[in-house]
Amino acid sequence: MSEVLVLVDQNDGTVKKTTDELLTLARRMGEPSAVWIGPGVEGAKDRLAEYGAAKVYAAADEELLAYAVAPTVAVLADLVAQASPAAVLLPSTTEGKEIAARLAVRTGSGLITDAVDVSADGVAEQHVFGGATIVHSRVTTGTPVITVRANSVTPEPAPAAAEQVPVSVQLTDADKAARVSDRVVQERSGRPELAEAAVVVSGGRGVGSAENFALIEQLADALGGAVGASRAATDAGWYPHQHQVGQTGKTVSPQLYIAVGISGAIQHRAGMQTAKTIVVIDKDAEAPLFELADFGVVGDLHTVLPQLIDAIQQRKA
Amino acid sequence: MNIVVCVKQVPDTWAEKRLEPGDKTLDRESADGVMNELDEYAVEEGLRLKEAHGGQVTLLSMGPSKATETIRKALSMGADAAVHVLDDALQGSDALATSYALSQALRTLDFDLVICGTESTDARMAVVPAMLAEHLALPHLTYASRVEVDGGTVRTHRQAENGYEVVEGAVPAVVSVVEKINEPRYPKFKDIMAAKKKPLTTLSLADANIEADRVGLAAAASVVEDFADRPPKSAGTVVKDEGDGGAKVAEFLVAQKLI
Repeated sequence: MSEVLVLVDQNDGTVKKTTDELLTLARRMGEPSAVWIGPGVEGAKDRLAEYGAAKVYAAADEELLAYAVAPTVAVLADLVAQASPAAVLLPSTTEGKEIAARLAVRTGSGLITDAVDVSADGVAEQHVFGGATIVHSRVTTGTPVITVRANSVTPEPAPAAAEQVPVSVQLTDADKAARVSDRVVQERSGRPELAEAAVVVSGGRGVGSAENFALIEQLADALGGAVGASRAATDAGWYPHQHQVGQTGKTVSPQLYIAVGISGAIQHRAGMQTAKTIVVIDKDAEAPLFELADFGVVGDLHTVLPQLIDAIQQRKA
Repeated sequence: MNIVVCVKQVPDTWAEKRLEPGDKTLDRESADGVMNELDEYAVEEGLRLKEAHGGQVTLLSMGPSKATETIRKALSMGADAAVHVLDDALQGSDALATSYALSQALRTLDFDLVICGTESTDARMAVVPAMLAEHLALPHLTYASRVEVDGGTVRTHRQAENGYEVVEGAVPAVVSVVEKINEPRYPKFKDIMAAKKKPLTTLSLADANIEADRVGLAAAASVVEDFADRPPKSAGTVVKDEGDGGAKVAEFLVAQKLI
């Protein structure tokens, strides 16, 4: 059976759920081989084994983390040449897509981004034009390089050996051309990342102020979710730009999306309308986003949200 | 400092986008074309760097003849000149072919920086800037929320979810900029008039040394097997808050097994 390479998505050594999802998909297409970049693979092996990694290629050299994007491409390109995998699966994150982009060029392979499903024979499903159109496509050249959106499949455990295979790579000057000289953390919220969260609570113009975003955060925390914002809210400076959901921001596809005070311009819809369940809370009954709502409340967020947060917390208690 | 800014014409955000049933590519004729909004930030950043360091801002665009509307708009913002890669053989090019063609066009230009928007609002793959860095073996300085040029070094803040990374490289380099980096200027009437007289060069495949068998629909490295409209969502329940709105949402979430 062919190998399927899966680039492990991790945060300081903790494997992310997106990796479990990629391994689950990879098992349909062949035998998953996880690819780990940087130190710390020992702490991750059990989790990778649980979700079916037969092998774990570990490129442990610290130097790989000193430069942007290209070192990971170098590792994957070597593995593609060595193992002739059936496909390479990567998370559809900002960085995942950039790694995939360069890998496709370097290996002369076709690329599909933002897949929401991949079949055993490599046909990928994408939801394009803001989710309005479903497309099935297939890579026809080289080794299929496919990035998959978070929350697209339900991870299923299927224990495997996770045999560790050390990998070293010779970086070229071009791989070392963009040096990462510092990493600055501005926000330590403890919340999941927006693009991969199972629950997203977003606020828009109707939230009214930066202070009122505290209510959005409280609801997100009660649900263990991430906080999003419409462009109106980020442009007003009420919430950081990197939380913007929409055509010029992030695309999210969570299990549950709660929109608060967001009228639902097409700009915003393009970033969230593939969410599985959509709840809309807005005091304007005419807000177009109600058209997308599975459940909607016409009301003031200052009364609806505290009651909702209480009800969730009581249920948890 | 010579700067090339990549700009793309895309269908208007508010236009309904659809795929052509025949070749399964985006129908670019039926929708009004506008400049990719995220490219406006790239043009603005190029102009600001030119104002600070001197030099020239040249636009680079690939697309059908209609794309000149977008090129003129970007010229009216203040760019000095433009290069339009225009050849019927390019129709249907995927991201790999597009980035190859743009990189070949860039080889004919003299530049210290290439600046792009992070993605186009039509295909939304967000891969072309990274692909340009790969094709040209240049520093990959993307998702910049800040760009500083210090002699021959470009230092950027690469936006991350919880902060940023400082990423730097030597010129020439490929940069992409995020929306929050600046506020793009609006051209005035006299700028729009002046833009009509600015030099616009077109490059054919041969002019840019682009191999014909590496571009266009026939060279695409993936194929669309089929496509369909997503079935419309069935209408949900909308209630008016009568003092129990929050509780009603909670009941719904419980019924859906979401809490």
